[in-house]
Amino acid sequence: MQVSEKHKEYWRKNLVITGILLSIWFVVTFPEAWFARELNQFTFLGFPLGFYMSAQGSLIVYVVIIGVYAWYMNKLDVEYGVDEGDE
Amino acid sequence: MSQYIAANQASQRAFYQQLKKYYSFYTGGFLLFLLALAVAEQMGMSRRWIGYWFLFATIALYAGIGIMSRTVDAAEYYVAGRRVPAFFNGMATGADWMSAASFIGMAGTLYLAGFDGLAWVMGWTGGYVLVALFLAPYLRKFGQFTIPDFLGERYGGNIVRSVGIFAAILCSFTYVVAQIYGVGLITSRFTGLEFQYGVFVGLGGILVCSFLGGMRAVTWTQVAQYIILIIAYLTPVIWLSYKHTGNPIPQLGYATALQKVTEREKVLATDPKEIEVRNIFKARAAAADAKLQDVPAAYAADKAAADKKIADLRAAAAPAPDIAAAEKAAAAFKDEASAKAAWTKEKGLAARANPPTPHAQPFPGKDEKAQDIARRNFLGIVFCMMIGTAALPHILMRYYTTPSVKQARQSVTWSLFFIFLLYFTAPALAVLAKFDVYHFLVGSSFASLPAWAANWAAVDATLLSITDVNKDGIVQLAEIVLGGDIIVLATPEIAGLPYVISGLVAAGGLAAALSTADGLLLTIANALSHDLYYKMLDPSASTARRVTVSKILLLVVALVAATVSSLKPGNILFLVGAAFSFAASSFFPALVLGIFWKRANKWGAIVGMAAGLGICMYYMVQTYPFFGGVAANQWFGMSPVTAGVFGVPVGILTIIIVSLLTAKPDERVQELVEHVRYPHLRGDTLNTQGT
Repeated sequence: MQVSEKHKEYWRKNLVITGILLSIWFVVTFPEAWFARELNQFTFLGFPLGFYMSAQGSLIVYVVIIGVYAWYMNKLDVEYGVDEGDE
Repeated sequence: MSQYIAANQASQRAFYQQLKKYYSFYTGGFLLFLLALAVAEQMGMSRRWIGYWFLFATIALYAGIGIMSRTVDAAEYYVAGRRVPAFFNGMATGADWMSAASFIGMAGTLYLAGFDGLAWVMGWTGGYVLVALFLAPYLRKFGQFTIPDFLGERYGGNIVRSVGIFAAILCSFTYVVAQIYGVGLITSRFTGLEFQYGVFVGLGGILVCSFLGGMRAVTWTQVAQYIILIIAYLTPVIWLSYKHTGNPIPQLGYATALQKVTEREKVLATDPKEIEVRNIFKARAAAADAKLQDVPAAYAADKAAADKKIADLRAAAAPAPDIAAAEKAAAAFKDEASAKAAWTKEKGLAARANPPTPHAQPFPGKDEKAQDIARRNFLGIVFCMMIGTAALPHILMRYYTTPSVKQARQSVTWSLFFIFLLYFTAPALAVLAKFDVYHFLVGSSFASLPAWAANWAAVDATLLSITDVNKDGIVQLAEIVLGGDIIVLATPEIAGLPYVISGLVAAGGLAAALSTADGLLLTIANALSHDLYYKMLDPSASTARRVTVSKILLLVVALVAATVSSLKPGNILFLVGAAFSFAASSFFPALVLGIFWKRANKWGAIVGMAAGLGICMYYMVQTYPFFGGVAANQWFGMSPVTAGVFGVPVGILTIIIVSLLTAKPDERVQELVEHVRYPHLRGDTLNTQGT
């Protein structure tokens, strides 16, 4: 089995996108919850912002993160020739 | 090879089309069934019969799918033949994931805990980000049958596999006991059977789904169960939202309801009648506390007073019922111990002497220290539930069943989307129900309570009890005690919907509990039959024999779990939380480091998993009253369910340190890691696909 430079680049790109998406996940989870009281001073769609984020906002971000990851990686697979054949 | 793939993909596409057709028909059929029952109700069918129809029709349906999916092929039995399309695997994962605790308990927890309950909502959704980024695609590429399989291959040797088997059984068993408990509760409520019998009827329902067809049968029933549970959850909430806010989309509409609840909380906090009731509770709690200071003296005084009262009544020739009542009151104080218990309970009324906590306020507490602890626990729960999500074997196993790595990634997206539909509705339901209680139940007169409240208070006092504490004939908020589960169970009645919708909700709760129990039982049986029996004890066993052993074990495990559940062990939410902390501390570090860090080796994994799990169990034993622990043992004020906060870092660090101190893993392992990292590598001769 040969893991070429190109393959290593694929893996590096995977790590980069994983890192970026993971930081977004982190921010909308832990700092968001930590500062919920402060965020509640703002209003969004009629909700206190801290409440909104924990009840809906962060959840929507999670769905989007996973969707973006699947879309990006499935594209990257084809670009680097490591896909499983087209559908 | 490529021709084979092309042919395979064509048949996969046809299969997908077929599935879409079947499940569309199925959904239509289910809606017709609902309509027919609604008509039957109008024509006078009794509530009990509507309940029976829902129970038996849905279980018969699951049984039908289970029997049609019977199989003796190993790949079909363990991973549904690896051809479950992303969309349907998403639905199956949703049903697998959402348990009785999510369906029935979640909205109630949010009602009672307000903002702080959202920790569960965030934890049980955000964990899928970790599943998607760290695990699902890689496990799919690895492509065997169980999670201990991966640990065994990656780290080598039977010790790692054994630790994996132990951890898989520990967390799945803790979780399945909670599910079967939920099944028993719903069945008994549904049909009027005793709880113990309800457990075993429910168990029959669980077994018909999984016994004959393993993962294949469980997958297709879970899709069917998801459709029922989501219809059952959303229908009454949409109606309630339309009724109270004029907006049929509850997730948007409840903003105004939340504003009104917040205004109402301010009014109720300072309302003189409310304060009067709270002061009565405060006084009663203080009186009981005083008696508890010197139990023997207080007991003697109370007993003398009670005896004197009976004597006085007799002397005055009072009516017999009055004398009987006085005797009954005196009997409650038959000895010091029972008097002490009664006073301790009375002292607990102090909790009801507090004004309502504002719903949207994060981390309430009496002083800054209490608020900080509440905030830390919120983050702790979020952390443990997220990491636990990305480590529970019954969920990770589902990503072995998709046709490709590509679909495994898409499937996580669908999974979270389908779960999200319920989880972002639950906070809306909690607020809408609170709106109803604060505006219509509070302030109504005891002579004419809203119909749903009168019904439920009569049926079950643990779900709803209202007592006129200050004898003014009007309901005050402080006079209501509400059990969380009532929120979902009573929503159809609160919304003024016909009884058929209540039956639908119960069927939804049953679907949620059954589907989760199925996935868990299968995980346990597979860990025993595949990992222990086939991989460790008898590697030459034939496929048919392996599947048979698995079926027998499934039956045995189910019976043991049902027996444990029928003993009603402790608090469901604690059991569920404990399962997550166990899974998080044992599996997550070893799985993720196994994929992302080639240097992680066998001894690191063994010691790391044992250390993570060990710390986690130690902390629970030290702090949870059921095991004899006390809150004073808590570290940083963290509650026992958040034990994973300590277990996960300990697990990760131990794996890293021990791996670095011991020898590098061999060439074969390096290749395996490369193999799982790329969906398809040209010239890769390694084939890990299980057969």
